[in-house]
Amino acid sequence: MSSTPTAEQKPSSSDQATTERTEDINNAVIRLAGNSQKGIQTIGGLLAKLAGRSAQEVMTYMTIPSTISGGASIFQVRIGSGEVLTPGDEADFLVAFYQDSYENHINNLREGGVCLYDNDHVEPDLTDKRFIFVGVPMTSTTIEAIGGSARDRGKNIFVLGLITNLFDLQRDKLVHIIETQFKNKHESVLRNAMLAFDAGYAYQLGDIFNRSYEFEPGKAQSDGRITTDGNTALTYGLLAAGVRYGAGYPITPWSSIMEQLRSELPKYGGIFVQSEDELAAVSTAIGFAYSGHLAITGSSGPGLSLKMEAMGYASMAELPLIVINVQRGGPSTGLPTSVEQSDLMQAIYGSHGDTPRVVIAPKDVEDCYYIAIEAGRIAREFSTPVVVLTDQALSSRIEAFPEPDVSGVISPELDLEPRGEDFKPYPFDAETKHAPPGTRMTGNKYPVVTGLEHDEWGHPTSSPEIHQKMTDRRREKHKRMAASLPLPEIHGEKEGEILLIGWGSTWGPIREAVNVARESGHAVSAIHLRHIHPMPDGIDGIMDAFKRVLVIEMNDEGMYGYGQLATLLRARYADDKIKSLTKCDGLNFQIRQIIAGIENSSD
Amino acid sequence: MSTAAPAEPEKLTKKSLLSDHPTWCPACGDFAVLAAFFKVLEKLQIPHEKICTLAGIGCASRFPYFVNSHGLHFIHGRVLPLAMGVSLSRPDVHVFAFGGDGDGFSIGGNHLEHCARKNPNLTYVIMDNFVYGLTKKQTSPTSPIGFQSKTDPGGAIDRPVNPMKKLVSSGASFIARTHAAQVKHMMEMFERAIKHPGFSVVEVLSECVIFYKGAFDNANPRKGGEFELIEEKSWDNSPEDDERHDVTNEADAYAIADIQYPGKFGVFYQNERPSKNTLEQQLIDASQEKTAGADARELLKNRFALMK
Repeated sequence: MSSTPTAEQKPSSSDQATTERTEDINNAVIRLAGNSQKGIQTIGGLLAKLAGRSAQEVMTYMTIPSTISGGASIFQVRIGSGEVLTPGDEADFLVAFYQDSYENHINNLREGGVCLYDNDHVEPDLTDKRFIFVGVPMTSTTIEAIGGSARDRGKNIFVLGLITNLFDLQRDKLVHIIETQFKNKHESVLRNAMLAFDAGYAYQLGDIFNRSYEFEPGKAQSDGRITTDGNTALTYGLLAAGVRYGAGYPITPWSSIMEQLRSELPKYGGIFVQSEDELAAVSTAIGFAYSGHLAITGSSGPGLSLKMEAMGYASMAELPLIVINVQRGGPSTGLPTSVEQSDLMQAIYGSHGDTPRVVIAPKDVEDCYYIAIEAGRIAREFSTPVVVLTDQALSSRIEAFPEPDVSGVISPELDLEPRGEDFKPYPFDAETKHAPPGTRMTGNKYPVVTGLEHDEWGHPTSSPEIHQKMTDRRREKHKRMAASLPLPEIHGEKEGEILLIGWGSTWGPIREAVNVARESGHAVSAIHLRHIHPMPDGIDGIMDAFKRVLVIEMNDEGMYGYGQLATLLRARYADDKIKSLTKCDGLNFQIRQIIAGIENSSD
Repeated sequence: MSTAAPAEPEKLTKKSLLSDHPTWCPACGDFAVLAAFFKVLEKLQIPHEKICTLAGIGCASRFPYFVNSHGLHFIHGRVLPLAMGVSLSRPDVHVFAFGGDGDGFSIGGNHLEHCARKNPNLTYVIMDNFVYGLTKKQTSPTSPIGFQSKTDPGGAIDRPVNPMKKLVSSGASFIARTHAAQVKHMMEMFERAIKHPGFSVVEVLSECVIFYKGAFDNANPRKGGEFELIEEKSWDNSPEDDERHDVTNEADAYAIADIQYPGKFGVFYQNERPSKNTLEQQLIDASQEKTAGADARELLKNRFALMK
């Protein structure tokens, strides 16, 4: 939490107890720790929505236990008046519902931070002078407020009321959001929620903690912003891209995309098939693509492995196909609810044979929407499979961003224009544009799409010359695509000591690390690759202006000491100054880890 | 769609349907399947551009190369989910999937199960030769116990799949069995399969003359066997009719499937339940009724409004 002016963090003495002090702050990290994933997610989500509506920047972070239901989880919300790039290394406030929530998370609280705990359940070590402890009987006050057989349900909403008062948040707006959220539930649900909320809002922390906080006015536009998570943004991006057909199989954390598509697509006249397995899902999607549609399939780690043979087919047959991979911790079943970026090599090279395809990655929640549109553009224009590598952290975290402009959204049309005698599905001198079934072939020669090596007309052949020429053709069209890409923007100066390179969801932490490092006098800049494979030409030109290059990614350094993107960059540019900063703990990069990596890379 | 019909639609003939000369071994049973398929298409006069032949991997799966129609030669075992994609998104197209016993009952076995239960509108022809031919004589899922192959030199020991029982239990809505040496019967089965709304499957016993010669002689009268037909009920209230097969009766279909090899031929089961195409369309209609036919832009804008 950055506050202006710096406030005395000790609880005030008793003579000040009646007068509440208000501190202006521009940034706060609140970590909610409890045993009910759903309950905690609810308040976290409501806070994020409120921030999104109140000209504040917001980013959330949540851990999900990989259990069937319930289990210890946290939800961290960072709300700020300026740019918010990460959910925060440390919390300014910890709300501990249970003893284990307190024990497991107290060390994530920064020194001088506030621990709000439920003194019906938690006995903190009050001799720990690093923190300010504020006990509130959350359970009993909630039960008292709701009455009846409510037990302790609703204490999350009680805490939301408490936080609303403490941070002087816009109560009316929040009440409206709560009402909207519960409008489809039984009326008693909303009534109980409001009783709990009001009890929390009215709760007097009194002489324990007579202080409240007020956010400085945010710089973000409050009008026209939407607040949502990455998987939802990606889903609507696909719809905006003109995707009307898809198929998938449930797997965490991809499932919420397919769930939403299954409900949404029929409204657009489309179909989403829940398949019997991953192989069927990608095959059905290829059936849609062959039929003349822009189609998608998707999965997470293990599911991507299963799709590989058919994805290779799509490369060979040159069919447009979007494959979403919401990366999670691997290998094998790995860490289904943790974040990692270890599927890059598989996304690029995962099929047998030389199967060039496109791999792109979104940098934040907003970009999940636009990356889907970019995937659609490339798939259509170059008739090729495009893999979108998002990840678990992006899938569930909530951010606020400007409402996308939908005026350019067009509805897809099936191209069944008759094709003449000269039609070639795989011409050496032009891009592939298939004739889908239903297309009249005026020369009465109908095309067969195939995974066998083939000539320009699609006829199977094992001619050595043609296999070489077709291999060249499939490669070169991707190089043409790469040549049309813009160079990544440089964050920071165009030259300096060290250039950081990242991809995917490390964008925020890397950017914030650059800001922090530059403030303390380091000549650090960063670029971020949205198009990873093929990558745009000219990255060597950017690297030339820096003494060192550090590639930051959440995967293992492997046998030879370099992460997956670092390996690719070294292979392409054979430049020994390219070094690697990797980690594999299932968590996002913290700013201080990147700063430490910058400092250690100098030797 | 912008399919301008030709001024004078060309007549569909065997000649216009013929593509490259089939590369099957001389005397392969699959030639007869191809010929019967052409004849049925000729009879039904399906618009040429609306015919779509799909296949997986195997000898039988070479089919799309030999038919001059829109076609796709896919990967091993996955032709049914592929065909489902074509059928669901292109109800204007007649979708035909071809394959062998390895493609259909082994590597693609699970897809057959689920395609049958989901009932998309398409026709699947399984050319069953009881052996892996393209890879040169390994045991297949339908090879009988004792069959000597390169993977079972001492004779196959694993119990084979009973295709008809498998199909009945998975809920396929049209199930028939025929023999490549019985062209007329084969054509009748194909025609009924094509006209069936939903997932129709025809198993054709199609001999591999190289690796399993004579496999189906005992169902071929010309080779001294017996081609025993299923007599279907004609619902004429005659006493004979009581003995005939009610194709809508699952238990009876299962019982016929249990008759010892070579068993009976004909329609084992048929049931006109709604196809997946119909059910998905109902979902689309109901959803669009709720949103009052809003276009993509309006739908997106409405959704974003809820995220504010």
